[in-house]
Amino acid sequence: MAELILKDLHKSYGSTEVLHGVSGDIADGEFVVIVGPSGCGKSTLLRMIAGLEGITSGEVRIGGRVVNDLEPAERDIAMVFQNYALYPHMSVRQNMAYGLKIRGLPKAEIERRVNEAADILEIRQYLDRKPRQLSGGQRQRVAMGRAIVREPEVFLFDEPLSNLDAKLRVQMRLEIRKLQERLGVTSVYVTHDQVEAMTLGDRLMVLNAGHVEQFGTPLELYERPASVFVAGFIGSPAMNFLPAEGIEGGLLRLESGATLPGARGAGPVTLGMRPEHLIADSEGPIRIRVSVLEQLGSNTLVHGTLEGTEREMVASLPGIHQIPEGEVLGFLIRSDELHQFDAATGKRL
Amino acid sequence: MIENRPFLNILTHLVMILGIVMIAFPIWITFVAASHDPIRMTQVPLPLLPGDQFFTNMKNTLFGRGLSGTEIAPVWLMMLNSLVMALSIAIGKIVISLLSAFAIVYFRFPFRMGFFWLIFITLMLPVEVRILPTFQVVADLGLLNSYTGLSLPLIASATATFMFRQVFLTIPDEMLESARIDGAGPMRFFWDILIPLSRTNIAALFVILFIYGWNQYLWPLLITTDTSMTTIVMSIKQMLESAEQSPEWNIIMMTALLAMLPPILVVVFMQKLFVKGLTETDK
Ligand SMILES: Nc1ncnc2c1ncn2[C@@H]1O[C@H](COP(=O)(O)OP(=O)(O)OP(=O)(O)O)[C@@H](O)[C@H]1O
Ligand SMILES: [Mg+2]
Repeated sequence: MAELILKDLHKSYGSTEVLHGVSGDIADGEFVVIVGPSGCGKSTLLRMIAGLEGITSGEVRIGGRVVNDLEPAERDIAMVFQNYALYPHMSVRQNMAYGLKIRGLPKAEIERRVNEAADILEIRQYLDRKPRQLSGGQRQRVAMGRAIVREPEVFLFDEPLSNLDAKLRVQMRLEIRKLQERLGVTSVYVTHDQVEAMTLGDRLMVLNAGHVEQFGTPLELYERPASVFVAGFIGSPAMNFLPAEGIEGGLLRLESGATLPGARGAGPVTLGMRPEHLIADSEGPIRIRVSVLEQLGSNTLVHGTLEGTEREMVASLPGIHQIPEGEVLGFLIRSDELHQFDAATGKRL
Repeated sequence: MIENRPFLNILTHLVMILGIVMIAFPIWITFVAASHDPIRMTQVPLPLLPGDQFFTNMKNTLFGRGLSGTEIAPVWLMMLNSLVMALSIAIGKIVISLLSAFAIVYFRFPFRMGFFWLIFITLMLPVEVRILPTFQVVADLGLLNSYTGLSLPLIASATATFMFRQVFLTIPDEMLESARIDGAGPMRFFWDILIPLSRTNIAALFVILFIYGWNQYLWPLLITTDTSMTTIVMSIKQMLESAEQSPEWNIIMMTALLAMLPPILVVVFMQKLFVKGLTETDK
């Protein structure tokens, strides 16, 4: 049982810096998901925690111990790779036992742990097969089994589900979550899939170009995104962004000329409105000219443009609606659901 | 492409059969010659059908005085010498190349590229090119007429090093990383992961290198003066020259047959391993 502390981690390859100071405290038993677009440095960060990548500056602590200079095997971690990285010439049993054998555990103990993990993961009947005789999902389980038998302080996952088909991915996602809760091991999970991130994590660390944009619970990220980047990244369909200006009387003036109450400052701002927070109201100030409808059954996505401008917008209406193309609909938004960001820095106001 | 023209069919088969006959006929003649008594082999026309002296000849060749009137070692000893030489060369080359490829691919040491190019340059220097200096070195070290002298100078191998380098490069980095997480040190990784994963390549290379070693002619000829160290391939030539009377073809041909045997056995035996390995690999 251990907490994992990242302190101002930097990583450079030659003269290019890819991580610019990442910090975060991960509590014992917590499940943290690192999420961000491709190339933002997620894998690099995870590999620095694992010890597979050198730390340019900063500190990684596992259970109070600075592990910067320790070999991966000495850090008491286990890692699950995207392509599983099972040893092709060893049976499932040997794959799972290999690390324990090197550590010099007694045979009986190895046997016990392997069987126990195999039972948890329901791969007992495959123990004597070679990895190539298994399906992708089964290999994934073996890779997790190999991590479990080590009984590590920290689990590290690098996009472990991205080689699976959509249905299996959802199923394995739940299993990973249940397994982690059952074992109570501190876990760090890397993905670029925001749905996976939202459903799995106790907390999410949103990474953008080597910076932490926000580190919080899924609901915090949804309700109070710290920046335009986080706001656009979390939630589906994505948030609408509209440029606006704070004017006298605490009003916000949209490009269409309409005004909304609740300005938190003067000058140019970026407004963020989630499609599901737009409330249809014939008198509403936000007027959208409908172009396309997407019928999802439980709700209807209305695509259109802000009246008088070319600004694309999406609104989500509960239930089924038939609206002719070109019609103009009015919408309201509650001021606590209206997000305001600094137009220049993108930070939340 | 499926064509059904009987004439073409017959023609292609004729060409094929002709090819086989051209290769097989000399071997057949060797076999026939090895099965007659010495007298018959000096009479014209030469026999085309086997005689009844095959096993007698084999016994005389392997254990007997061999050619009468010469001081050539018995053929079993030559075969043993050849075997030791071929095995040392094949195994030595494989071990050295595996280790050097391992170093080049997985370690960052000073002048790594320098060493890489040094090995590369030796590609241009087979034994035949550097034979005089190599002979001098071996002679100075007192290694003439020894197994070490026979095999050591032929062991360094750029080709095999490159081949293993390519093999190692195809093994995904995650394999090394998960071995590191499992706590395997470099040599452990080498033994437990790299060697098993290159098993089929090792087998393939062994076949090629064994035949290469077995067929060495010039080098053994130079450095062995003691008849007890002669190899079978060089001895065939010597038998032709050293006979005082007309060559004893039955013995010489039997020696040739025996010299062909081990490479054939190696190929036949290793072939199974090949196929098994080839259908099994996935990295
Ligand atoms: N060995 C390296 N040398 C130089 N640059 C590197 C190296 N490894 C990674 N990078 C750079 O570091 C950045 C972060 O890479 P990283 O693999 O961490 O991205 P990621 O967030 O995991 O992306 P993805 O979602 O595509 O896996 C990238 O811009 C990449 O080009
Ligand atoms: Mg990655």
